[in-house]
Amino acid sequence: MELAIAHETIARWQFGVTTVYHFLFVPLSIGLGGIVAGLETAWVRTGKEKYFHATKFWGTLLLINIAMGVVTGLLQEFQFGMNWSNYSRFVGDVFGAPLAMEALIAFFFESVFIGLWIFGWNRLPKKVHLATIWIVTIGSLLSAYFILAANSFMQHPVGYRIDASGRARLTDIWRVLFQNTTLVQVFHTLTAAFITGGAFVMGIAAYHLWRAKRGRDTDRKRIAAMRASLRCALIVTAIAGILTALSGDRLAKVMFEQQPMKMAAAEALWDTQAPAPFSIFSVGDVGKGRNDVALEIPGALSFLAKSDFHSAVPGINNRADEQVRLFGGTRDEYIPNIFMTYWGFRLMIFFGMTSFTIGLIGLWLTRKKFWVDRAYRTGEDEPPNLMITNKIRINDFFTKWSWRIAMLTLGFPLLANSFGWIFTEMGRQPWVVFHLKKTADAVSPNVSVGTQVGSLVALSVLYAILAVVEVGLMIKYAKPGPKVDERPPAKDPTLRISPEEHDKPLSIAY
Amino acid sequence: MHLHDLWFILIALLWVGYFFLEGFDFGIGVLTQLLARNDTERRVLINTIAPVWDGNEVWVVAAAGATFAAFPDWYATMFSGFYIPLLIIIICLIARGVSFEFRGKRSSHLWQRSWEQVTFWTSLILAFMWGVIFANMVRGIAIDRAKSYVGTPGDLFNGYAILGGFMTLVLFTCHGAIFAALKTDGEIRERARKMAPALGLVALLLMLAFLLWTQSNSGNGQSLGVMVVAFVALVVAMFFNQLGREGWAFIFSALTVVATFAMLFLTLFPEVMPSTLNPNWSLTVSNSSSGSYTLTVMTVVAAIFAPLIVIYQAWTYWVFSRRIAVHHIPAGGH
Repeated sequence: MELAIAHETIARWQFGVTTVYHFLFVPLSIGLGGIVAGLETAWVRTGKEKYFHATKFWGTLLLINIAMGVVTGLLQEFQFGMNWSNYSRFVGDVFGAPLAMEALIAFFFESVFIGLWIFGWNRLPKKVHLATIWIVTIGSLLSAYFILAANSFMQHPVGYRIDASGRARLTDIWRVLFQNTTLVQVFHTLTAAFITGGAFVMGIAAYHLWRAKRGRDTDRKRIAAMRASLRCALIVTAIAGILTALSGDRLAKVMFEQQPMKMAAAEALWDTQAPAPFSIFSVGDVGKGRNDVALEIPGALSFLAKSDFHSAVPGINNRADEQVRLFGGTRDEYIPNIFMTYWGFRLMIFFGMTSFTIGLIGLWLTRKKFWVDRAYRTGEDEPPNLMITNKIRINDFFTKWSWRIAMLTLGFPLLANSFGWIFTEMGRQPWVVFHLKKTADAVSPNVSVGTQVGSLVALSVLYAILAVVEVGLMIKYAKPGPKVDERPPAKDPTLRISPEEHDKPLSIAY
Repeated sequence: MHLHDLWFILIALLWVGYFFLEGFDFGIGVLTQLLARNDTERRVLINTIAPVWDGNEVWVVAAAGATFAAFPDWYATMFSGFYIPLLIIIICLIARGVSFEFRGKRSSHLWQRSWEQVTFWTSLILAFMWGVIFANMVRGIAIDRAKSYVGTPGDLFNGYAILGGFMTLVLFTCHGAIFAALKTDGEIRERARKMAPALGLVALLLMLAFLLWTQSNSGNGQSLGVMVVAFVALVVAMFFNQLGREGWAFIFSALTVVATFAMLFLTLFPEVMPSTLNPNWSLTVSNSSSGSYTLTVMTVVAAIFAPLIVIYQAWTYWVFSRRIAVHHIPAGGH
C-alpha cells in the first residue's frame, strides 16, 4: 500500500513538473509567434525597415523558445503511455483521437513551415515567406486547440459510452471537439497566451527604450523598431487581457456547474452559503474544515457563479459528502489540495491581470496622436515622453518606474499560466477523468518506483540545465536589440535560383 | 479489410516514413564526427538537414499519436513496457533538438564543441535505441494476461535486440552518408561517397544476420520477399554510389530502410506485440484496437491530411534542394 501511493505520487510529480515546464514555452511561442507574424505583415505591406528589424529580432527569440517548446512537447505525448498506461487503455479510444489530430493537422504544419521560415528568408518570395509564419502560428493555435479538447474531456467527459469491458468508447467526436468546456478553455488559454507574448515584447522593448531615454543607445533605427514593437505589444496585451478576463469569468461559471468542488476549493468555501462571499484572503484549517481567518466580499461569489448576488454556492464539505454518497470512500479523499487550489487561483488572476493593467496604462501613456500637447509628441524613432494629460507630464521618478515596471512584469504571465494549470489540474483531483476514473487507478502498474524516481530525477536535471541555457541565450540575444545594419533582401527572391546566386553563401545557417 | 488492418498499415507507414526521413538525419548527426574534418565541414553537414529535421521528427509524434488513438493497448503496452529505452530516446531527442538550435548561438569554442558532441552522441544513441525497441517488438516481450510488460528493463537488452540496434545504427549512418553525398559539394562530397561502401558492407552483413534471424523466428512468404528487396536495394544503392549517381543511390538506400522496417511489420502482423509468456496473451490488431467509430473518424482525418503533409513536406525539400559546400557557410558566430 505504501508503494502504491508512492507510485502515483511520483508519476504525478513527473507529470506536473514536465507539463508546467513545457507550458512555459507554449503560450510564449503562440503569443510571440502571432506578434512576429503581425510585424512581418506590417513589413511586407509598408516596406518600412523598422518592421523588418523588429521581425528579425523577435523572430530570433521566438526560435530559441520554439525549439524548447517542441522538444519538451515530445515527452508530453510519450508519458501518457509510459507512466499512465491504465489511463491510456481506459480512454485511448476518446483521448487519443484529438491527440493524433494534433500531430497530423497542427504539429506537422508548425514543424515543417518553421524550417521554411527560418531558412527561407532569401529563398522565398516575400509573400510566401510571410505565409509560412502565419501557417506556423495557425499550426500552434490548432495544436493548443486539440490538446485542450483532450484535456476538456478529462475535465468534463462527453461524447462517449462505457463499454462491456469498462472502457470509454468514443460516440461523438463533435461533442468532444466543440463542447462548451473545450471552447471556453481554448479561448481562455489562447488569450492568456497573447498576454504572455505581449508582456514579453513589452518588457524587452521597454528595456531598450528606457536605455535610449537615458542616452545609452542613440541608434534611431533601433529605437524606431523597439517603439513599433512596444506599441504592438501594448495593444496585444490590452485586448488579450480583456478577453482573458471575460473568458475567465465564463470558464468559472462553467466550472461552478461542472466541477463545483474545484471552485469551492478555489474559494476556500467550506460550507454552503447563500449569498456566498468572494474570499480575498483566508487562512484555512483543512483538518477542521473551516477558515481561521477570512477577508471576504459579501455576495460576490454568488455573482461570479450565478450572475446574481443571493444564490447559494455549495461548499467543500457539502460536496465531499455528496461524492461519498455517490462513489463511496472517505470524505478526505474527495477534497483537493485546498492550499494549492486557493492560492493557484488567486495568483493566476493576480499575475495575469497585473500585466494586463500595465499594458493598458502603457497604452495610454505612450499614445501620441490623441490628446497630447504638441510639445510632448515624439517622432517615430524617439522614445515616447510619458504623459498623463496634455497638461501634466509624469515626473522623472514615475517615468523611471513606469519603464521599470513594464520590464519587470515581463515574466508575470508565465507565472499566471503555471498557476492556472496547477489550479485546473489539482482542483480536479482525485479524478483523472472527472467522475469516471481516479488518478490512483490510472498509473502504469508495471513500472517500478525505482524506474520512475530515476526518470523524474533525470528529466528534472535535464530541464534545469536547459532552463539555464535558455534564459542565458534569451538574455544574450535580447540585450543588444535588433541588428539594424541588416538589410532586407535587395530584390524579392524567386523560387528558382539563378546560377550566380548559387555560389553565394547561405544567408542563414546553423 | 477491417479498419484496424488499415490502421496497422497506416501506423507502419508512419514508422517507415519516420525512419526513412529521420534515418538519414540521424546518420548525418553521426557523420559530423566520422566524416567531417573541421568545424566548417561539420557545419556543412548540419546545414544539409537544418531546414528539415524538425519536420522529419514530427513523423514519430504522428506515429505515437496514431497508435494511441487507433490501438490504445498497443500504445500503453509499448510505452510502459519500453520505459527505459524510451526515456533514453526522449532525453536524446530533447538534447539533439536544442543542440542544432543552440550550437551557433554563442561563439565560444567550448560551447560549440560541446553541442557538437551532443549532436553526435544523441544521433548515435537514437539510431541504436530504435533498433533495440523494434527488435524487441517483433521478437516479443514478457506480456502478462493484463497486457502489461512484466519483464525487467534488463531483459530488453538481449543479444537479438542489440544486434538490431547495431543494424539500425549502421544502416542509418550509411543512409546518411549517401544523403551527404547527394546534398554536399566539393571535397566532402567525394569523401562521403568513398565512405558509403564500407558502411554499406557492414550494414549488409548486420542486416543479413538480423533479418534472417527475424525471418526464421516469425517470418512468412511476404516478409521473405520484402527482405530480399531490402538486400538487393542496398546492393543497387552501392552500385549507383560507385557510379556517382547520388540521386539514384539515395532512392535505393531509402528503399533499403523502407523495406527493412516493412519486413519487420510484416512479420508482426496480425500481432502488434507478441507475448513470450503465452501466445494467447499477445496483442493483436483486433484485441488492442479502438472502436470502429474512432477508427472511422481517424480514417477521414488521415485521408485528408496525410497526402497534404506529403505534398508540403516534399515542397520543403524542393525549396532547399541546392547542394551545400564549404564556401556556402557564412563566416562568424553562426
